Amino acid sequence: MNKIHVTTNINGDPVEYLCEPQETLLDVLRNNLQLTGAKEGCGSGDCGACSVTLNGRLVCSCLVLAAEAEGQEVTTVEGMADGDKLHILQKKILEHAALQCGICIPGILVASKALLEKHPDPSEEQARYWLAGNLCRCTGYDKIINAVMDAAAEMRGA
Amino acid sequence: MALDTEKREFKILGTRPLRPDGVDKVTGRALYGADMSAPGMLTGKILRSPHAHARIISIDTSAAEALQGVKAVVTANDFAKASNSFMQDGLDNCMARGKVLYHGHAVAGVAAVSEAIAKQALKLIAVEYEVLPHVTEILDAIKPDAPVLHPDRNFKRLPEGTAANISHTTDFGHGDVEAGFAAADLIVERTFKTEATHQGYIEPHACLASMGPDGKADLWCCTQGHYNVRGMCADYLGMNISQLRVTASEIGGGFGGKTTVFIEPVALALSRKAGKPVKIVMTRDEVFKASGPTLSSLTDVKIGMTKDGKITAGYAMLRYQCGAFPSGTIDLGAMSAFAAYDLDAVHTEGFNVMTNRPREAAYRAPGAPTAVYPVEAVVDELCLELGLDPIDVRLLNAADEGTKASYGPTFEAIGLKATLEAAKAHPHYSAPLGPNQGRGVSAGFWFNFGGNTSVSLSLNDDGTVAVTEGNPDIGGSRASISMMAAEELGIPYENIRTIVADTNSLGFNDVTDGSRVTFAVGLATIEAARAAIKIMCTRVAKIWDIDPEAVTWEDGYAKPAGENAGKYDPMSLAEIAAIANKTGGPIAGHHEVNADGAGVSFGVHLADIEVDPETGFTKVLRYTVFQDAGKAVHPSYVEGQMQGGAVQGIGWALNEEYIYGEDGRLQNAGFLDYRIPVASDLPPIDTVILEIPNPGHPYGVRGVGETPIVPPLAAVSNGVSRAIGKRMSALPMSPPKILKVIKG
Repeated sequence: MNKIHVTTNINGDPVEYLCEPQETLLDVLRNNLQLTGAKEGCGSGDCGACSVTLNGRLVCSCLVLAAEAEGQEVTTVEGMADGDKLHILQKKILEHAALQCGICIPGILVASKALLEKHPDPSEEQARYWLAGNLCRCTGYDKIINAVMDAAAEMRGA
Repeated sequence: MALDTEKREFKILGTRPLRPDGVDKVTGRALYGADMSAPGMLTGKILRSPHAHARIISIDTSAAEALQGVKAVVTANDFAKASNSFMQDGLDNCMARGKVLYHGHAVAGVAAVSEAIAKQALKLIAVEYEVLPHVTEILDAIKPDAPVLHPDRNFKRLPEGTAANISHTTDFGHGDVEAGFAAADLIVERTFKTEATHQGYIEPHACLASMGPDGKADLWCCTQGHYNVRGMCADYLGMNISQLRVTASEIGGGFGGKTTVFIEPVALALSRKAGKPVKIVMTRDEVFKASGPTLSSLTDVKIGMTKDGKITAGYAMLRYQCGAFPSGTIDLGAMSAFAAYDLDAVHTEGFNVMTNRPREAAYRAPGAPTAVYPVEAVVDELCLELGLDPIDVRLLNAADEGTKASYGPTFEAIGLKATLEAAKAHPHYSAPLGPNQGRGVSAGFWFNFGGNTSVSLSLNDDGTVAVTEGNPDIGGSRASISMMAAEELGIPYENIRTIVADTNSLGFNDVTDGSRVTFAVGLATIEAARAAIKIMCTRVAKIWDIDPEAVTWEDGYAKPAGENAGKYDPMSLAEIAAIANKTGGPIAGHHEVNADGAGVSFGVHLADIEVDPETGFTKVLRYTVFQDAGKAVHPSYVEGQMQGGAVQGIGWALNEEYIYGEDGRLQNAGFLDYRIPVASDLPPIDTVILEIPNPGHPYGVRGVGETPIVPPLAAVSNGVSRAIGKRMSALPMSPPKILKVIKG
């Protein structure tokens, strides 16, 4: 079995890994690099729990081959906080009690950050459609949407 | 344990502190089932049946075992005989014995050095099947000539000639139902159908098992109850309970679906055989095919009403399809159906029937939503026909303190009337509706459980406190337990850390189910705190050289109980803890209880629905949940339960269903084709918490987690029915089904 050598950047750090041709980026993040923040809820791009960004574009890492990360920039939930300083979105999710079990939250955070980078002043409807690819079974989304809208307002003010 | 007689001003209950596990969960640090690894770990995979019903003639694992990198293969032969028939059903569901009973039923397990090799090995296992006729629908399964799943077992049977697939029957009621119907001005009788749904937790089942040659084992898994996992796995592996330690990971949703075992005994058996740790993670396809689902149902409801809205009699015949093994959810359904009503004459009966589908697992208020939906739909139809307000009619007939419930007991203080009145007074109820819009109302009920609970609470020498409990935290319970400990001890919330212990570190705890944790673990925590306070007061009495009875505890301080006790400066918990080693040793409190007095819970939901008459497409415009929480410990997480339950119910009402082909195979085992609600489907879910104290808890707490999934089925159905001017009587109300009713 020939492994592929990949040189990439994850959360600002240079990373090299060997992967098999069929392995997904999610597999390598979780199994090879111990970045277990991204979750596998479906493996078919339907739940969004594995959301990461690839060169700033929001993707399901279960639908990206690990070999495709060559020369790209990957960011995951582990890259959101700055040292011990939480990102505003992380703080707002906590303050709004917007998580119950929390399994969807890494994906929700990565997707929300991508939303606010592209649309700093989203309407609530825009936020709901942007996050429509991130399934949450616990919250009914209400508090998540409130947290994202609140974070957006604070980030615009900051 | 009764409500405290002395009315207290809560300092911490009712506030909204950050949850203790929050930072871990927003940074990716929290470890869920699939996030744990062990050195030398193998990957486990499970071979599953392609058939809905077949006899296993033979299983040849030799080619798989010979494959390089394969370390163990197990089948049903690798497990012990379970201790009773209920436990045996659980084992046979984890690994088919003799017959496969549904599409996706496990047949064999493999452990290998990589996932690729494990998958290759599955293909090398040769299973010879004799395919048998199958049955997946309720009415087919009770026909006298239906295929029988367990022909060698004796189950209860209905009086008329039905097939031996009925596992449980039920019959409740009181009063003269026929006389009640005779006194009615209007009787509505209708049949309702619901489809099986899945709990839909986003985290697939996952575990990591490690057993040494000495027979000692450790198991890490996502579960709602690791003590239950321990008991079942020990039974299935033929182990002593003391040899197996189970640690519950963070859990990515359960909703009842993680109250039993699926892959855990298989991982242990593989680890035992291979002598190495084995990790198994289900795929989403496996989660749909072989875990979960709830029941499907077919229910007849008949209700009589006078023209001024008084219900004269109620009758329901409930038929619950429970998958491949016996289930008693029909009892819970029959008990819930009319629980919101104070009736002179009521009768519910029904049965669970087995089919070639995955074994029914508990799903949030198991049995109740599908029983309350038909009743609340018929009440709505009566209100419409008689020109009566649906909340007024419910108020007129509402169960109250002292009401003899349809299932026997007499209710203590309950919040149904207050909840109905709050709904009636809310601006939502009087807001105008546009064309093609309808407003649905439904009440809902859940029993709430208490159960076996152990809590330990220890003072640290810096005055902080460690609370050890044994129920996986599924939605913020470590926060609410810490809050109750802080309230009782009179110290800041931040000074307490609550952890969920493994099975060896604390006494037994029942599963996180029945909305029991905040109630029962909270109650045990308060008692453990009181035990520690008693010790602290004794120590202080010794220091002051006065009688222990003369020392009282107030706001975190030991104080002289009165002027006669003498004059002493109060001592804080921190001061007492700091010198504990000089006054008699470590200070701790613990409490073990089989808690009763959980206190039933009622909710009322309002749903505004718009239906596109051209396409049958529905939109939920506005949704409000009213619920009695007894006392909301952390209101944000109470609201979260109300919102999440409502949305699961909305999904059940509008989208979600298990779809079977003629071949008995599940057609939609994935989130693309089994569509749970997404953010853009929904409006904000408004919440109104009512607080009618539960007489069975020192702070008045009631469980809140399950009740909110009960009303949405009827609230949405009644909203759709009012919007289109015709009565819907089947779920899910997908656009084609609604169009069919519109076009009549």
